[in-house]
Amino acid sequence: MRERLELRDTVWLTVSLALVAAPHAERLATWVSLLAALLITWRLYLARTRRELPHRALLIVIVAAASAGVYLQYATLFGRDAGVALLVVMLTLKLLEMRTVRDAMLLIFLAYFLVITNFLYSQTIPTALYMLACVWFITAGMIGIHYSRAPRSVGPQLRTSAVLLVQATPLMLVLFVLFPRVQGPLWGMPTDSQRASSGLSDTMAPGSVSQLTLSDAVAFRVVFKGRVPELNRLYWRGPVLWDYDGRTWRAPRTRYARPSYNTEFYPVDYTVTVEPHGKMWLFALDLPGRLPPRALATSDFQLLSPEPVTARVRYDMTSFLDYSYGLDESDQVLKRNLALPAGYKPRTLELAQRLRRQHGTDEAVMQAAFAMFRSEGFSYTLAPPRLGDNSVDDFLFNTRSGFCEHYSSAFVVLMRAAGIPARVVTGYLGGETNPIGDYVIVRQADAHAWGEVWLRGRGWVRVDPTAAVSPARVEQGIGATAAASALPLFMHDNLVLRRMRLTWDSMANSWNQWVLGYTPERQRALLSRAGLEDATWRTLAGLLLATTGLIVLVLAFVTLRRLRVRVHDPVSRAYAAFCAKLARRGLARDPAEGPLAYALRIARVRPDLEAAVREFVALYVALRYGDASGENVGRLKKLAREFEA
Amino acid sequence: MPALLKPLTRWLFQLRGPERGEVVLVQRRIFILPTRAGAVFAFVLVLMLTGSINYQLSLGFILTFLLAGVGIAAMIHTFRNLAGLHVAAAKTASVFAGETARFGVSLRNPTRTPRYSVALTRDKTDAHVVDVPAAGDAIAIASVPAERRGRLSPGRLTLYTRFPVGIYYAWSYVELDTHCLVYPRPAPPGLPLPPLQASGAQGAGHGQGHDDFAGLREYRPGDSPRHIAWKTAAREQVLLTKQFAGIAPSELWLTLDLVPQALGLEEKLSRLTRWILDAHAQRIAYGLKLPHATIDIGSGEAHRDRCLEALALV
Repeated sequence: MRERLELRDTVWLTVSLALVAAPHAERLATWVSLLAALLITWRLYLARTRRELPHRALLIVIVAAASAGVYLQYATLFGRDAGVALLVVMLTLKLLEMRTVRDAMLLIFLAYFLVITNFLYSQTIPTALYMLACVWFITAGMIGIHYSRAPRSVGPQLRTSAVLLVQATPLMLVLFVLFPRVQGPLWGMPTDSQRASSGLSDTMAPGSVSQLTLSDAVAFRVVFKGRVPELNRLYWRGPVLWDYDGRTWRAPRTRYARPSYNTEFYPVDYTVTVEPHGKMWLFALDLPGRLPPRALATSDFQLLSPEPVTARVRYDMTSFLDYSYGLDESDQVLKRNLALPAGYKPRTLELAQRLRRQHGTDEAVMQAAFAMFRSEGFSYTLAPPRLGDNSVDDFLFNTRSGFCEHYSSAFVVLMRAAGIPARVVTGYLGGETNPIGDYVIVRQADAHAWGEVWLRGRGWVRVDPTAAVSPARVEQGIGATAAASALPLFMHDNLVLRRMRLTWDSMANSWNQWVLGYTPERQRALLSRAGLEDATWRTLAGLLLATTGLIVLVLAFVTLRRLRVRVHDPVSRAYAAFCAKLARRGLARDPAEGPLAYALRIARVRPDLEAAVREFVALYVALRYGDASGENVGRLKKLAREFEA
Repeated sequence: MPALLKPLTRWLFQLRGPERGEVVLVQRRIFILPTRAGAVFAFVLVLMLTGSINYQLSLGFILTFLLAGVGIAAMIHTFRNLAGLHVAAAKTASVFAGETARFGVSLRNPTRTPRYSVALTRDKTDAHVVDVPAAGDAIAIASVPAERRGRLSPGRLTLYTRFPVGIYYAWSYVELDTHCLVYPRPAPPGLPLPPLQASGAQGAGHGQGHDDFAGLREYRPGDSPRHIAWKTAAREQVLLTKQFAGIAPSELWLTLDLVPQALGLEEKLSRLTRWILDAHAQRIAYGLKLPHATIDIGSGEAHRDRCLEALALV
């Protein structure tokens, strides 16, 4: 319509671009953010002072320099970070040659594209809301440039933009649910798209678990089908550590045959949604009774995903809380679980041999060790003193204060020294029940380490030495321990805060489950629940087309219905109905024809209608130009209704 | 194929020749297609969808689908921006050949929805853009070059809009039964007027109003003694001449014979047009005699226009 942009359009588009790019500022290299801010400010200054835009040659120089800078910074021009940096620079430069409506349209489309790049970094509810506001703003800008003359206020364009977005929502929902989902990626995922990973690792050295305890990040969420078992029975099995070098525990690299197992009592069914952590393992309650799709189980009953968990993973699980396994464990495995590093310091060995001498059976030795932890001044703390070279000796005889990793490690070493096969199991203990949404949240702070000993005739048995020292940790969770003051604020028992936190987590969980976790599998499951088993893409496309068409029809109907001119005056309405009846017989009233002239014309061509037309028109004229009393209006309406042409 | 194409186009675009009165832009009269910007928008959406699939971005899907929804809703909004408008011819000023006729087209919006950026054009090269407020109206101007004298019809006009987001182009063809009078192109100025004639010289039949006393003016040598107001002269010691309506000091009869016979008709009409304009400017009373019509001596704008119209329709 118009070619050139006005000041208000330029400012509007520049500001909306700045809003979309703002969240990138902290992720981009500092110089890129600064350059973008500088270019945006420059553009606003030029618009404000109505100066000429810079010469094209200068822009080309800046583009070349910035591209070189991005290449030097990121060592590539592709990939997530470099791509976003390049896009931000190009967009802000494009701003400096935005003159016409056509330039502005291109910029608007690219701004939409910049919105999507934000989702590469964050897909949380706040991000979604912020970006929705940005899209609202950009769309309003797009409407703004199509006014033939600048409107007096921003109200109408913001309103029209909101109307468009609201009307687009049903269509978006249908497309979101029904659009055939393909398992990505279509081409290589950039390696830099998953960088930070948190959570357990396949090694354990003093301090590695307590570090996690200070993190409120969610490890996974669990929805139980049926009653939630007591928290102290929720041992979420993670990496099992076999090998000890005197300081660090490691998971075995070799694979062994999985021993047999017996399950007793009823299984527990639940669904786990694991947050991405960049490692292979999946979590299940001791003892997993099935495998998630494509996953495998190791000989020590760890569940492993076929590829690193870089996106949220959801799977249904069944576990048996009462079980026994490993009665037939191979000698090879047992031998490996007895091994201690060569040249190991003797004090712990001495203690073990004394226990062995004093107590006959393996069970009795175990009980004695437990009794020792309970009664000989051991304490539970999240901030243990530093340990010397021989951490186990140092812990058992000197510091005597520590955290689950210290206790499990010391306990397992003690057992091995006493000739009982034992190993360390890491994972999570307990969780927090969220009554809003009815599920269990397991956080990094719930990370735990315990032990497993092998007893003849009973197989592998779980032992948790921490329970001997700090029963509260096991019974009530990490928040109840004495050292709770060292925990982050959220773990404290403040009812209001806690309730807010739980509500928020419940929203985040639904968001993860239904929005972010809507995968091809989920789509299939949802469709089969709706009675569409094995829907092919053809069925989906048909369904999609039909639903979309229906929505568009409804939308068109609702939107265009507003155009109907409502005649409120009953006299005019009756006259319009009368004229419409005649028009159907080919006797339409000429727009310039008055009622009396019309009546005369009708009487001439249709003498049979003369009487009725005369009566009606006489009454109409009387009502229109004379006294409009209620009784006669009723008669006119009746005449209009009964009139037959 | 072209033989088939024409009726097909006529049916598709509902081309039915000039229409009288008010034309209502009903659904069947409005057409809509995406613009080039719309194609770019669709391309960007495809890119965004591909990116969402590749990076498994749920919010990317949501944004892409939301914008696709906006694209669909915008189609209805663009359509609605034209729908239900009442289009009628408004007053159009007459022009001279060689000028541009400006056809007024009244756009009446009886609905509660304001219409923004509705453009009227004849040849797509330049358009007049107006806003039509809710329950209000606006006049859009279609500029048509007037090349030949006579009656000029605006022909098929296009009403179009890209509002609100510019990714669709909705249009409607309107052919209004209206016309503009195009006067002959005036000959270049500087052409001397034909000699004036004394009033009444062309015969008593034209010298109307000899008895209507209109007022007095100062005596000038040459005034007929019969018109001197002797009574007033005796009283006021000043000679005054009585004036009678219809009697100009001089008058001009314009005919085709005054123009060299060697010139073509259009040339002759051009000169007559120039003389009419000059005579009007110099406040000289003039009449026009054409083979098919005669316009009496007169003056004033209405008279000028009547003469020009007669010339236009020769």
